[in-house]
Amino acid sequence: MTQSTGKKRLLDTKMVPAPSQGIIPERDLLSTPVLEARHLGIEFGGLKAVEDFNLIIGKTEIAGLIGPNGAGKTTVFNLLTKVYQPTMGTILVNGKDTAGMNTVQANKLGIARTFQNIRLFSNMTVEENVRIGLHNQVKYGMFTGIFRLPGYWKGEKRQHEKAMELLSLFDMQDMASSRAGSLPYGAQRRLEIVRALATNPSLLLLDEPAAGMNPHETEELMHNIIKIRDRFQIAIMLIEHDMNLVMGICEGICVLNYGRIIAKGTADEIQANPVVIEAYLGKKKEG
Amino acid sequence: MKKLKKSAINSLISYGIVILAFIVCQLTINAGTMSRSLKGQMIPICVYIVMAVSLNLVVGISGELSLGHAGFMSVGAFSGAIFSAWLLEAFHIESTVIRLILSMLAGGLFAGIAGVLIGIPVLRLRGDYLAIVTLAFGEIIRNVMNCLYFSLDEGRLHVSFNNPVLPGKLIVNGPTGATVVQKLSTFPMGFALILFTLFVVLNLTNSRSGRAIMATRDNRIAAEAMGINVTKYKMMAFVTAAALAGMAGALYGLNSSTVDPAKFKFDTSILVLVFVVLGGIGNIWGSIIAAALLTVLPELLRAFSNYRMLVYAIVLILVMLATNNPMIRSLSDRLFHRKKPAARAQKGGASE
Amino acid sequence: MVSFLRFLINGISLGSVYAIIALGYTMVYGIAKMLNFAHGDVIMVGAYIAFCAISYLSLPPLLAVLCAMAVCTALGIIIEGLAYRPLRQASKLAVLITAIGVSYLLQNSAQLIWSANPKVFPSILNFGAIKLFDGSLVITSQTIITIAANIVIMLVLTMFTGKTKMGKAMRAVSEDKGAAELMGINVNRTISVTFAIGSALAAIAGVLLCSAYPTLQPTTGSMPGIKAFTAAVFGGIGSIPGAMLGGLLLGLIEILGKAYVSTELGDAIVFAVLIVVLLFKPAGLLGKPMREKV
Repeated sequence: MTQSTGKKRLLDTKMVPAPSQGIIPERDLLSTPVLEARHLGIEFGGLKAVEDFNLIIGKTEIAGLIGPNGAGKTTVFNLLTKVYQPTMGTILVNGKDTAGMNTVQANKLGIARTFQNIRLFSNMTVEENVRIGLHNQVKYGMFTGIFRLPGYWKGEKRQHEKAMELLSLFDMQDMASSRAGSLPYGAQRRLEIVRALATNPSLLLLDEPAAGMNPHETEELMHNIIKIRDRFQIAIMLIEHDMNLVMGICEGICVLNYGRIIAKGTADEIQANPVVIEAYLGKKKEG
Repeated sequence: MKKLKKSAINSLISYGIVILAFIVCQLTINAGTMSRSLKGQMIPICVYIVMAVSLNLVVGISGELSLGHAGFMSVGAFSGAIFSAWLLEAFHIESTVIRLILSMLAGGLFAGIAGVLIGIPVLRLRGDYLAIVTLAFGEIIRNVMNCLYFSLDEGRLHVSFNNPVLPGKLIVNGPTGATVVQKLSTFPMGFALILFTLFVVLNLTNSRSGRAIMATRDNRIAAEAMGINVTKYKMMAFVTAAALAGMAGALYGLNSSTVDPAKFKFDTSILVLVFVVLGGIGNIWGSIIAAALLTVLPELLRAFSNYRMLVYAIVLILVMLATNNPMIRSLSDRLFHRKKPAARAQKGGASE
Repeated sequence: MVSFLRFLINGISLGSVYAIIALGYTMVYGIAKMLNFAHGDVIMVGAYIAFCAISYLSLPPLLAVLCAMAVCTALGIIIEGLAYRPLRQASKLAVLITAIGVSYLLQNSAQLIWSANPKVFPSILNFGAIKLFDGSLVITSQTIITIAANIVIMLVLTMFTGKTKMGKAMRAVSEDKGAAELMGINVNRTISVTFAIGSALAAIAGVLLCSAYPTLQPTTGSMPGIKAFTAAVFGGIGSIPGAMLGGLLLGLIEILGKAYVSTELGDAIVFAVLIVVLLFKPAGLLGKPMREKV
């Protein structure tokens, strides 16, 4: 758990090939996994978008989900966060079955996410966005708010402090009162991560966090992802097309094609896997 | 903390302007310079301002189009009228102010209850479907009101459905409505209700719950992913607005000797919606100004006599065309290039 | 039993009128994604034109209907071009309020032209009646014409949208305006044609409605307009068979509800059924549910 602080070290971690569901079975072996998906699948009118998806993510693991366009990666995120109800299989979050739950309940159980196409509350300020993430962390009721009872002042102060603390992770305190929609693209992606973190998750799902970023920003993002994991001791799963990022920080990688997992393993194993190469090159030939 | 202070100052300025407007109106009334017809419009103006601000809470702040707001006004008007008569007869409360305040609270309470009952099914729907169902509920409320009879018999309240034969004195008489209402409403009370409404709406929008409401408006999916129970917060806005509309309804109902259920038709809902849209969706100040001006406008158009509603319609269309014209928009953006915080909701709106 | 049959026939007849009006709402909604609140008032204008053509110009009924259709078609195109087209990029609410403005405009113009006093619409569709069960069940020609008109209109519209070039363009525009434009479809013209068709149907509906309920006032169109709109939502707004089904069911529910449950609560029953249906089928009976892409 503690040995994994640098990018170089991560790549050295010893992996076991993947007969089991977990990508890295030895990690956090003794504790309940943060996420366990068993035979997960969904059908849209007969089309199986995702099928037989099995995965275990340990408490502080950084996992990557890759695959060609249209492979069903975002659908997996939507299933895990209950935006879609799976038609097959089960999802356990910290050992609890999420069957029948909705997105809100899944979030309260500890899953937070960012979106591929940024979904900020763009007309609100940066701070307000983070405060919305803190919704279930710092609470006070409607009447307390309307009649400005002491709980209101205490709650607002606490929200402000927490929001600022979280924003300072990415050095964004100075932007706190700007409109979220007016931020540059990279900052919007960072704000989405901060907002998701504010919900106090145990598993953070990042949907293409580096999309649209330049190499320098991507480099910074990689360090930040590791920083977040080490500081909050949470698991992170990310979808990304930037292979430098994925191979650089993901301890375990899972490759999806046509809605099915075609390979699981470490960066080295994935890079050497003929099935993965075929999936990617086959696509390259066409387009 | 800086932001907190800023919003507090903004609210204080809002209250200040309203108080100032009240003092000016009261002075002109006392000095006798206000025309008779305008004086008669003062309470309806207060009523429509509260209606518009409360509807703006639904349409602008929570982003759902409601076409049945007059239904809550009608619930408030009737419960207010019945309650004031009951208070007088059962408890012999002579003070008109106390009776008015209690009746307005009762109006708010019953309209709030109606809001909960209607909100449960309505808020499961989205977009245009939600709008049409609010319209349907508005019509159902009116239809049911047409069939309700209330009477007072030595301080005891009797209700019947579709049956005018009741013991004691009939106070609500089916399709003819409430007929023996005592006029209790006063302009200062109307003004107090506006202040109360502003207090509730402004404080709500600047609190945790208000931010949750706006989050569900701006991006439902992201709000859910942040653990915000969308239905709960939509409901909160809807019921608060219904209760405020009920209070406005009570003020309206107790402003004349009769309450006619036909007054709370679909047209009234639409009228209030027009105030909200012309004032700028999500813009509380806009709602106040639009409600005041447009309530007076038909009076001012009296010179056009028969043509006044026609002129009103044409003005409405032209204003909509002008405010949505890209050229005029960019011009006004350049003139007021610093966007006011209240106007920021304009983009969100109920358009989703 | 006979009285039930009578209510059934009355319900289908009223439902047919609603269905024809609902078609106008649904086509416009499907293609322009707007609630055209002025549609009910176009019905009223249609009825007034037919009334004038018959009473003042002594035209034969068929010609009067054609006259009303022509005027309403022109009116629909003018309204769309002047009031709605400039708002194509505007928010939905802005368009809605404009439609309400147009509705006020039509009602008040009608009041200035024809005064608020109700006019008695001549019975132009009465050519006799079929008597069944020894005269206890009377089916008037008016009823038969209404139902027949409804069936003919539905068949023609289904063929039109399915087979003709314009109909296909309409379906394309309603699926995706942007893509349709890229495929070389003239979106503005397609929307104009939709309004024209909807308004012509409104004229027919106006004549049928006023033949059955012969009081004609500037506000005649509002309530049937709202109900037909409800019918369109009921059946699944944007769907032509949905509008038909919704209209017929709404008419049946209204007549049967008034007959067997409560006369005063007839409208409340109609709206209550709508609400229940939407709760179980949120996109209406025949509507396609939409899923937002995440």
